[in-house]
Amino acid sequence: MENLDFSVVLSRWDMILQGMYLTIKLTLISTFFGFAVGTFCAIGKRGRTRWLRNVCGGYVEAIRNTPLLVQIFLVYFGLSSLGLPLTAVTVAAIALTINVGAYSAEIMRAGFDSIERGQIEAAETLGLSRAQVYWHVVLKQAMERVYPALTSQFVLLMLASSICSQISAEELTAVANFIQSDTYRPLETYIITGLLYVALSLLLRAAFWLLGLMLFKRRRKLEAFA
Amino acid sequence: MGGNFALGYLTFMLEGALWTVGLSLIVLAWGGALALVVALCRISGLAWVRTITALYIQLIQGTPVLVLIFLFYFGLPTLLGWSLSPLLAASASLSIYVSAYLGESWRGSIQSVPKAQWETAECLGLSRTQRMTRVILPQAIRIATPPTVGFMVQIIKNTSLASIVGFVELVRAGQIVNNTIFQPFAIYVLIAALYFSMCYPLSLLSRRLETRAGDKSYA
Repeated sequence: MENLDFSVVLSRWDMILQGMYLTIKLTLISTFFGFAVGTFCAIGKRGRTRWLRNVCGGYVEAIRNTPLLVQIFLVYFGLSSLGLPLTAVTVAAIALTINVGAYSAEIMRAGFDSIERGQIEAAETLGLSRAQVYWHVVLKQAMERVYPALTSQFVLLMLASSICSQISAEELTAVANFIQSDTYRPLETYIITGLLYVALSLLLRAAFWLLGLMLFKRRRKLEAFA
Repeated sequence: MGGNFALGYLTFMLEGALWTVGLSLIVLAWGGALALVVALCRISGLAWVRTITALYIQLIQGTPVLVLIFLFYFGLPTLLGWSLSPLLAASASLSIYVSAYLGESWRGSIQSVPKAQWETAECLGLSRTQRMTRVILPQAIRIATPPTVGFMVQIIKNTSLASIVGFVELVRAGQIVNNTIFQPFAIYVLIAALYFSMCYPLSLLSRRLETRAGDKSYA
């Protein structure tokens, strides 16, 4: 058994930082667009149009019951066979967005379902259109209720973005693969990589917690009364 | 698109799918055994056991499965001095991943057995072990079944990562076939369809069990 030597890995900190930056970037981009896709999909799934319900339901089930690795390759080979000149990072972001969109859709649907019928009926009585009901009455409340589940899903997305290393998007895991083949120090490399992911997920959780405090001020005020 | 999709290729991929099922079952068995230990340690009477287990869960849940697999497949041999087969590395790392997630989920199930059950068992003079095995766990199993069946889907999907270290399960089998006929898109569609046919029934079953458990709720 040889001695552990972390210094050769840590001396490549500039590459590691670049990898972490790309991991964060991929996560934030696909979280943002994925949440948007998921919300529209959840609305579609609860709507009156039958074919739209089927399409949204099919999308959610198809994504939730197949591995992300396969989805990434499908997007990669699918888009390249269409002849689109896309970089690996763009393909990765698209695949992650499609993936997290389905999971957010399922979470947001649960949130929408949890809103009491009385509120929606009251809003309809006031003459609000369906879009207005969603925007002014339902959306924020639903989001608030499922916020913990949503943020856990986004942290899982950050961890899953490691799979994008397989289409050579140079995020943290891909950088780790390069460093370990360069230094012949796989154990040290992946221990450090693992710990960096742990740090990133703690950071992401803290950021979402702060965002939650800013987004849902009402709950904070209510808690002040309790 | 060129090349022929002969029957031989399909059987090869179906064999791969069988390995996906096999690896999933291995991981469920080992991961489940570890998860039970993790769950019991999380509610142990000893504070330091609880703390260490909580730390273990935080570490594993904060690390991507892929990095765990690499850690076992590439990293561990430099420490041990002998190499691990892809099957061993994949099943060990996936079991550890499962132990953290399932352990935490099962802890929740154990703790959601109504408090009165614990107290009654204690009043009846049952020891801590008897209380656990005769009263709490049988009820906790019922609560834990729907989420565990749902988690099986995650296990099956994550075994696809074993392909990256060269274990010939469904994805790797598809990639090998692709090397001869080069129709990547069609092959990945087929792979996805096969995964769907394995995972979707489990998803449905989990959902049905959940609604049924909801009807019988007595908490």
